[in-house]
Amino acid sequence: MSPILFWLFTALMLAFGVSVILNRNPVASALSLVASFLCLSALFVGLDAFFIGVIQVLVYAGAVMVLFLFIIMLLDLRAEHRRHFNRLVLVGGSLVSAGFVIALLQVLSVFPAGAKPFPALGVARLDDVRQVGITLFTRFNLPFQTVGVLILVAAVGVIVLSRRELK
Amino acid sequence: MDFINDIPWLLIAASVAKTLFLIFLIVLPIVSYTVYAERRVSALIQDRLGPNRTGFPTSLLGFHKDLQLFLGGLGQPVADAVKFLLKEEFTPGHVNKFYFWLAPVLAMVPALSTLAVLPFGNYMFGQKMVVADVNVGILYVFAIASIGVYGIVLAGWSSNSKYPFLGGIRATSQMISYELSLGLSAVPVLMIIGNLNLSDAIQYQIDNGWLLLPFTDGKLTLRELLLWIPVGISFIVFTISMFAETNRLPFDLPESETELVAGYHTEYSSMKFALFFLGEYAAMIAGSSVIVVLFLGGWHLPFLPINTLESSTTPAGMALGLIHISVFFAKVIALLIFFIWVRWTLPRFRFDQLMKLGWLYLFEIALVNIFITAAILALVK
Repeated sequence: MSPILFWLFTALMLAFGVSVILNRNPVASALSLVASFLCLSALFVGLDAFFIGVIQVLVYAGAVMVLFLFIIMLLDLRAEHRRHFNRLVLVGGSLVSAGFVIALLQVLSVFPAGAKPFPALGVARLDDVRQVGITLFTRFNLPFQTVGVLILVAAVGVIVLSRRELK
Repeated sequence: MDFINDIPWLLIAASVAKTLFLIFLIVLPIVSYTVYAERRVSALIQDRLGPNRTGFPTSLLGFHKDLQLFLGGLGQPVADAVKFLLKEEFTPGHVNKFYFWLAPVLAMVPALSTLAVLPFGNYMFGQKMVVADVNVGILYVFAIASIGVYGIVLAGWSSNSKYPFLGGIRATSQMISYELSLGLSAVPVLMIIGNLNLSDAIQYQIDNGWLLLPFTDGKLTLRELLLWIPVGISFIVFTISMFAETNRLPFDLPESETELVAGYHTEYSSMKFALFFLGEYAAMIAGSSVIVVLFLGGWHLPFLPINTLESSTTPAGMALGLIHISVFFAKVIALLIFFIWVRWTLPRFRFDQLMKLGWLYLFEIALVNIFITAAILALVK
């Protein structure tokens, strides 16, 4: 991947990420998150990981965020506009993210291989979909099936809970 | 011209040239003439004439009559485009300006971006006739198509009035619901082909016969005969879901005139309205192209020789390449006529019927269909 493109999409991704939390309008926040996801998938594509890049768009930008936006549109947005920054939350949030950055720096300091770029893959067309499929259904078959059952249980739970509220 | 692929700038230039060729010389003209075809076919079905006499408006210059050439109504799309550009661009005062402007763009761009991975021809000038030959082709189409819903949602929301809002809500729920059956109904096809790349899908159909018409390679095995059942089911489910995804009648509830004035684009005028309109037709072309690639053999015709990378720079090879491109778009146009025919034949669904059809029938049928395909693939070699 060309370094210019890498820096371009990284800068865009971070800018949209910041705009998610700075925007007062929830619709603008949601759309910034979508744009951030799109830039992230561009980074994946730059690493020749087309499958993950496309799934990022298909699942997060195309499905999850559409549902988010769907719910946000039904809210009263003027109430959101009236809310102000809570100073305590601001301080707490800064502390948590500072802690996270310190932890990340510590991990990176004991992992020297992360400092230099990896060599290029050197294949014209990586069959990543096949690789992911084979790995999921052989090596990680049991965890994969378990996750499926877990999601089913969660879906049934959500339906049960939301129905009870209706009565 | 193999050196093109070695120099990055030339590769980019070739991709840009292919994109411009595809969008401005093929797709946008087809879009505007599909609008014209829509009006003429609807007139045919309703026993009218339709727009059949657009000429040059010389009466504006003081002549007695407009200049009528032998064009018939073929000048109509040009007149429509001029009208859209010259009409007053009116933005109501109560709208959310930024998103109101953004929405038509978001409706048009994804529809055209889907075309990037579609192989619309074989070889021309030593170049493969596909803008991006990626190995996740069909997933890319679904991903970009799912982005297309933002344009409609934002149009409905930012218009800040009730009919567009209801249209936007309807469009969102409809598109989310039918995305599932659309994706699931494509799975059997991908299982048979064993690959997500769309060029490979066409290559498979050249070797083994088109998926929907498996006898086009001259022979019909037991396996192909059995696979005809799931492929037929998935073709029907895919096509119905495509109608719902592109908001076409009988599923055009987001813009049903009798209840919602015009749905999500009620507040739009002039070129901004035209972008929604063109976006809808571009999405139809993209959808038909996917159907052509997955089920109808893409640019392949059984009796036609196939040009190769080497022969595509010779005159004969270039002529063949042009014929391949024409075959692809002839199939697409046939499907578009089918889309139009359905629109003027079937009445509109009610919203609960639409949701019931999507969730209770098409979704389950597509899911069962995957298992049928898997069983046939595993049992019959």
